[in-house]
Amino acid sequence: MNIAEMIKPNVKNMPPSGIRKYFDLINEMKDAISLGIGEPDFVTPWSIREAGIYSLEKGHTHYSSNSGFIELRRQISHYVERKYNVMYDPAKEIIVTVGASEGIDIALRALVGPGDEVIIPEPSFVAYKGCTAFTGATPVPIELKAEDEFRLKPEQLERAMTNRTKVVILPFPNNPTGAIMTHEDMKKIVDVLKDKNVIIISDEIYAELTYSGKHVSFASFPEIKDKTILINGFSKAFAMTGWRIGYACAHPVLIEAMNKIHQYAIMCSPTMAQYAASEALASCDAEVYAMVREYNRRRRVMVDGFRKAGLDCFEPLGAFYVFPSIKATGMTSDDFCEKLLMEEKVLTVPGSAFGSCGEGFIRATYANSYENIVEAMIRIGRFVKNHRK
Amino acid sequence: MEEILEILEKNGRASVEEIALMLDKSVEEVQAAIRKLEEDNVIVGYNTLINWEKSSKENVVALIEVKVTPQRGQGFDKVAERIYRYPQVKACYLMSGGFDLTVIIEGKTMKEVALFVAEKLAPLESVLSTATHFVLKKYKEEGVIFEEKSKDDREALIL
Repeated sequence: MNIAEMIKPNVKNMPPSGIRKYFDLINEMKDAISLGIGEPDFVTPWSIREAGIYSLEKGHTHYSSNSGFIELRRQISHYVERKYNVMYDPAKEIIVTVGASEGIDIALRALVGPGDEVIIPEPSFVAYKGCTAFTGATPVPIELKAEDEFRLKPEQLERAMTNRTKVVILPFPNNPTGAIMTHEDMKKIVDVLKDKNVIIISDEIYAELTYSGKHVSFASFPEIKDKTILINGFSKAFAMTGWRIGYACAHPVLIEAMNKIHQYAIMCSPTMAQYAASEALASCDAEVYAMVREYNRRRRVMVDGFRKAGLDCFEPLGAFYVFPSIKATGMTSDDFCEKLLMEEKVLTVPGSAFGSCGEGFIRATYANSYENIVEAMIRIGRFVKNHRK
Repeated sequence: MEEILEILEKNGRASVEEIALMLDKSVEEVQAAIRKLEEDNVIVGYNTLINWEKSSKENVVALIEVKVTPQRGQGFDKVAERIYRYPQVKACYLMSGGFDLTVIIEGKTMKEVALFVAEKLAPLESVLSTATHFVLKKYKEEGVIFEEKSKDDREALIL
C-alpha cells in the first residue's frame, strides 16, 4: 500500500509552510533577532497564570460543558458588550474554542463544502485558505492594495462575489499588514453584504491592539449581526497564545451547528485555560492597556526605521505588524528575507507567504523588546543600503 | 507627560530623540516637557538599579521600624527629617499601622548598620523604639526581578 496515496487530495496538495526553513536556520544562529513570530513577547500577566495554577491546585481537572463554563461565557458576553457594544446570550450565542483558530475552522466546516466559495481578502492569516481548502470549498482571494492601506473596498468585494459565495472572511485588524477598517470603511462593506445570502466570519483577534481610537466590530452593525460570526480570543490581547483559548459569538443556529463539530472533535476547551481566561476578563484591563501602549511606542520606532531605511511603509494601525514594501531593492520577498537573515541575522517573513499579492512586501513584528527592535532596524538599514538597486 | 514619565521610570537612559519617536512628538516638545518635570521636582533624579550582590562591593541593607513621638505643631515631619538627613538612610517613609517610620539603611556590614541604629537613631529624643530587620536577599526591586533572564524562546509554529 502506498500510504501517501491515502491522504486526500486537498490535504496532500496543501503546500507546507514556506517559512519553516527560516525558523530552522535562525535556531542555529547566535545574536539573531526574530521579527518573524506572530505572538506577543510579553509573558501572560501573573494574575492569569496564578488563576490557572490555582485551578489545578483545586483539582479542577475535568471537562467543562461543551461550549465552555457558563460563568466564562457570561463574562465574555459582558466583555463584548462593554468593548464593542454588541450583545450575545451567553447560553446560546457563545462558544469557547481552542484558540480563535478553532473558531475559524468549525465555522467553515459548519458552513461550506465542495462547490461553495469563500471570499478571503489577502494578504492574510494563512489558516483561512487552509481551513477552507480542507472542507473542499474554494477560496476566492481578494487582493488588497498598499495604496488603499490594505483596506477592503466595497467594489472589490462586489466583484469577487458570485452566486456560489457562501462565506466572506473579514480579517481586521489584519495579520500580516496591520491594516484596520474604520467605521466609515466598514459601513460600505456592510451595505454590500446586508442583503446577500452569505455568512460573515469576522476574525477580530487583534481587536484590542489598535492604535487610533477604539476598535469597531463588524458584529456591531445591526444590519448584518445575525449573519456574522464574531471570532475573538485571548492570545493576542492577554498574551495567552500557548493557552489555546478563544471564543466565537453568533446567532444561536450558527453556534449550535459549530458546537456539534466542536463537541465531537474537541469536547471542550481546556478547563485550566478557561479559568485563566476568566481571570483575564475579570481583572486585567490595566495590563492590557500597558501592553498596548508599549506596542504603540515600538510600532512608531519600527515604522520610522523602515522609512529611514528607504522602504515605503504605510502606517499600520492595528495588530503588531509592519508591512513595508521592499520593491526598492528589486528583490523578491523570499530573497530579501533569506539574505537579510544570512547577512544581518534578522528574521522577517516574506509577504508572499500570506497570499500572492503579498509579493514585494515583508512582515516584521514589533512584538519584541524595544532594544531588539532598535538593533534590528540598524541592521535592516545597513542591509537595504547595500542592496538598493 | 504621563507617558514620558512611564518611559523614563523604566529606562532613565532613554534619550529625548527616542522618546519623541516613541510618542510621535517633536524633540523640542519632549525636551520642554522633561525640563518642566525636572523643574517641578516631578522627576527628582535618575538612578541606576544595581544588583549589589553580584558586584564585589560589601553591602548590607536593613529595614528599621521606628516608633516616635510626634512633635507639637510639626507632627512627624521634624523627627523624620532628623533621621533622613543621615546619608546612611536610603529611604524613609511615614507609615500607617503599628509603627510610624520605615527607615531603610545601607552599610558595609551588619555591625555598621547596628551601630548606626544604636548610636544615632535610638538615642534621638523622640524615638520611642526601633526594630531592625536585615534584608537577606533581594528578589525584586523597582518592578524588576533580579534573577530573571529574558531569552526569546518562542517557537513559531504558524503564521
